Amino acid sequence: MKSMYKITLQLQRCARDITNMSQQAVNGISHRGRVLTLDSMNPNVKRVEYAVRGPIVQRAVQIEKELKEGVKKPFTEVIKANIGDAHAMGQKPITFFRQVLALCSYPALLEDSKFPEDAKKRAQRILEACGGHSIGAYSTSQGIECIRQDVARYIEKRDGGIPSNPDNIYLSTGASDAIVTILKLLVCGEGRDRTGVMISIPQYPLYSAALADLGAVQINYYLDEDNCWSLNITELRRALNAAREHCNPRVLCIINPGNPTGQVQSRQCIEDVIRFAKEEHLFLMADEVYQDNVYAEGCQFHSFKKVLFEMGPEYSNTVEMASFHSTSKCYMGECGFRGGYMEVINLDPEVKAQLIKLVSVRLCPPVPGQALLDLVVNPPQPDEPSYATFMKERTAVLSTLAEKARLTEQIFNTVPGITCNPVQGAMYTFPGITLPQKAIDKAKELGLVPDMFYCMRLLEEDGICLVPGSGFGQREGTYHFRMTILPPTDKLKVVLQKIREFHLRFTQEFS
Amino acid sequence: MQVLSSRNVRLLSRGRNEVLAGRSGTQRHGGDPRTRSLTCPPMSSSSSPGRKMSENGIMSRAKVLTIDTMNPTVKKVEYAVRGPIVQRAVELERELSEGMKKPFAEVIKANIGDAHAMGQQPITFFRQVLALCSYPELLSDSTFPEDAKSRACRILQSCGGNSMGAYSASQGIDSVRQDVARYIERRDGGVACDPDNIYLTTGASDGIVTMLKLLVCGEGTTRTGVMIPIPQYPLYSAALAELGAVQIDYFLNEEKCWSLDITELQRAVNEARQYCNPRALCIINPGNPTGQVQSRQCIEDVIRFAAKERLFLMADEVYQDNVYAEGCQFHSFKKVLFEMGPEYAETVELASFHSTSKCYMGECGFRGGYMEIINMDDEVKDQLTKLLSVRLCPPVPGQALMDLVVNPPQPGEPSYGSFIKERTATLSALAEKAKLTEQVLNTVQGISCNPVQGAMYSFPRITIPEKAVKEATEKGQQPDMFYCMKMLEETGICLVPGSGFGQKDGTYHFRMTILPPTDKLKILLNKVKEFHQRFTQQYS
Repeated sequence: MKSMYKITLQLQRCARDITNMSQQAVNGISHRGRVLTLDSMNPNVKRVEYAVRGPIVQRAVQIEKELKEGVKKPFTEVIKANIGDAHAMGQKPITFFRQVLALCSYPALLEDSKFPEDAKKRAQRILEACGGHSIGAYSTSQGIECIRQDVARYIEKRDGGIPSNPDNIYLSTGASDAIVTILKLLVCGEGRDRTGVMISIPQYPLYSAALADLGAVQINYYLDEDNCWSLNITELRRALNAAREHCNPRVLCIINPGNPTGQVQSRQCIEDVIRFAKEEHLFLMADEVYQDNVYAEGCQFHSFKKVLFEMGPEYSNTVEMASFHSTSKCYMGECGFRGGYMEVINLDPEVKAQLIKLVSVRLCPPVPGQALLDLVVNPPQPDEPSYATFMKERTAVLSTLAEKARLTEQIFNTVPGITCNPVQGAMYTFPGITLPQKAIDKAKELGLVPDMFYCMRLLEEDGICLVPGSGFGQREGTYHFRMTILPPTDKLKVVLQKIREFHLRFTQEFS
Repeated sequence: MQVLSSRNVRLLSRGRNEVLAGRSGTQRHGGDPRTRSLTCPPMSSSSSPGRKMSENGIMSRAKVLTIDTMNPTVKKVEYAVRGPIVQRAVELERELSEGMKKPFAEVIKANIGDAHAMGQQPITFFRQVLALCSYPELLSDSTFPEDAKSRACRILQSCGGNSMGAYSASQGIDSVRQDVARYIERRDGGVACDPDNIYLTTGASDGIVTMLKLLVCGEGTTRTGVMIPIPQYPLYSAALAELGAVQIDYFLNEEKCWSLDITELQRAVNEARQYCNPRALCIINPGNPTGQVQSRQCIEDVIRFAAKERLFLMADEVYQDNVYAEGCQFHSFKKVLFEMGPEYAETVELASFHSTSKCYMGECGFRGGYMEIINMDDEVKDQLTKLLSVRLCPPVPGQALMDLVVNPPQPGEPSYGSFIKERTATLSALAEKAKLTEQVLNTVQGISCNPVQGAMYSFPRITIPEKAVKEATEKGQQPDMFYCMKMLEETGICLVPGSGFGQKDGTYHFRMTILPPTDKLKILLNKVKEFHQRFTQQYS
């Protein structure tokens, strides 16, 4: 009973934290005199929201600190299933990648016989492409040339031979960096002429955050939860037509495989999207960072670029597109290195010059991340000494992920009040949850969104950190959460079981 | 392969679109090239928005994103340090490697403060630790010193899953921020530093742009104005253009060794109040591109000025370890602020920036850095943390490197001896090169160079003959761009024209790094000397 009370107190505090900014802005007393206050700061920044690292995660960090200080909790550790961070969940790095990075960091190791020859060869090639043969030199702003060449060859292989021009490849600081840069180029106009950007709901909140920051108009199109979160052209058209009343829609963002929704788009769907983009004169942004994370049988990753080129010159010579990839996901999960790239197709040459200028202001993406990306697109080949280990490690990660994707769907679907679509790809499940009316009322009383209330309770009671669906967007009156499938299988089973019990308890308490 | 040559880019940046139309004709055929966007529908008989009739009568689809329909603030961005002259340098390098004959055998890029590219070796200890962090199997390798291993263990233990491949907290790894705070306390003679005020960043640039972004608001005459020195490091003007903030120039005094003058600050802020809302004052100390080191008195005056005029102070202190001139010393804004007593220490809002890219280590590629914020409103701090979280985290290898910079080998540790040796060698070579540069350039008639007290650049004034100014103007080029471009074509030396940093009207400069190895620097200075004499003769 006592712990129940404490949890309620905690939730009230959290609700206060969330609302207090606006209140303090209203009474305006506390900060007179400061140059920079909430009232005098960039209003666009205030509108930015990023749930994946929002209040619930801040509370999780606090709880971890409390646990360390010996505060008693109904659990012994916080499990952060809020973010797709494979290494944090115990996944081991790919040996070959890290060997090459060590060699690049400290080239004296090139003399060390413990390192395989192929790792040394890769490291030498990367170092030779660096200024002064050091990863401590700035690279060109677009990224190291030989790495962009390797990326282009990788894309060609992936897409069955469709040519890729290294000049169209831009290395980036994670995929986020490139996505924000392209959005930045696209935003212009005022009032009804302001650029509108179509994003899926649910979405990865980088998009809504970047659009708020840039002052662009967010145009929501809803994925069809009843059809495995598939994308529906009729819905795209509805959203677009409605948006034309108040802004100038110029961009369509697609996340495939989906985040947070985990669906993998069919070839047909992608073709329809491309046709739609051409017809409606939209710039296509294809977020394909989960391209190697496809688990469901019968599903396959089709790159937008490949489909575009297979549709013939009418499309491949005209539709403007940017596709994004990253070192943070797939089988390697190297988030900390902030590596990534984008490929641009049919970008106006003058705009390209502007893009190069814009990225040059930030000098260059981190070179260790560039080196890592090079390894991802150019891994050990069958005749090289590290091939076998590499394949073993890679396959182990991907097959475990596939198993965990299935497991998650299965267990959730045994819980009354939770419905979970198959996790066809990516790293998350985004189940719908039924919340009793009383819980919804209670949340409102606390000033919390109902699924935030739910997730906060789960965190306080079980130490499991999820992200409420409201952080990604969802149809009104529906509630969800996002959970990664990344914890090790044993732990994942425990997590799923705990959520199951929590959900039953929660439902009972509020019914 | 190149879609656009650097020449096109150069011309484009000046709006000479007609040249482009001639060179990449597929994009623009006859008619009015400005009728291709949705926002300005074509006036011609084209049947649907976004389409235009090309000369041969075939319907070609206009692009969604064109120079006319892109973000106008991005178009205003300029960044000379990697501008047209550097693009031409890259082209020349390619031509040389393809065997083309040039009046020089190699291109020397003295345009950017990139120590490793100029042959400086990394600090052994730093790279050992980074190798250990990258591939922890090496922790059992007896060839690595124990202090490197214990640093690596400490860093790995504060990473998620003990891996540099995990995201860190958006503000940066806790233990690294603690080390930064202790480093600042040591630097500032014990003035307290709270790790909660430290934010790790992706190079200093990232921190600077983030702070500016927070500060920008208002419209018209209430639009945020930001005071920056002229000459300035063009990151500032680029960021302000992109954010649509008002740039307020205050001029450094070239006659007094590029010093900062409060009267000039006052003039600039008073004038700016007529048309914008000045809210921030940016200081670069030691100066880039100007190399001056500010006196303690000057810093005190600046702080008093900022307090009086209610300005947020941004102190770019990335060259804090690069001070060469005798009698000069680095004083951090924070230390001076706190020594001025609570009246200032408790009120003046300050952000100070540092980086792993400069100093003695010159590790630019890792994009490591931090900022410390003082007296920032708590609510704004929450907003800052939120804003940073969208980009997840600064690169973790850069954070690890930052940790080593602020927590290097200590006396008594096995790597201390070689660390100090490497560090001292770099810094004393830099001091020598700073002196050498000033000396040699000042022997040239028509070049006058202030002492390079600190940082990594010289920014000499050059006299350009009237005839050359005229020819440049005819070509639509800035005279010092014309000068630098000619020097590049004739000698292979890549400098940045002063116009890229800003300068008093009618004066001309270039920025040159002092980073090439001493032997090479001597040759380079001599070539610059000969070029200048040739150039002057040719146009007189």
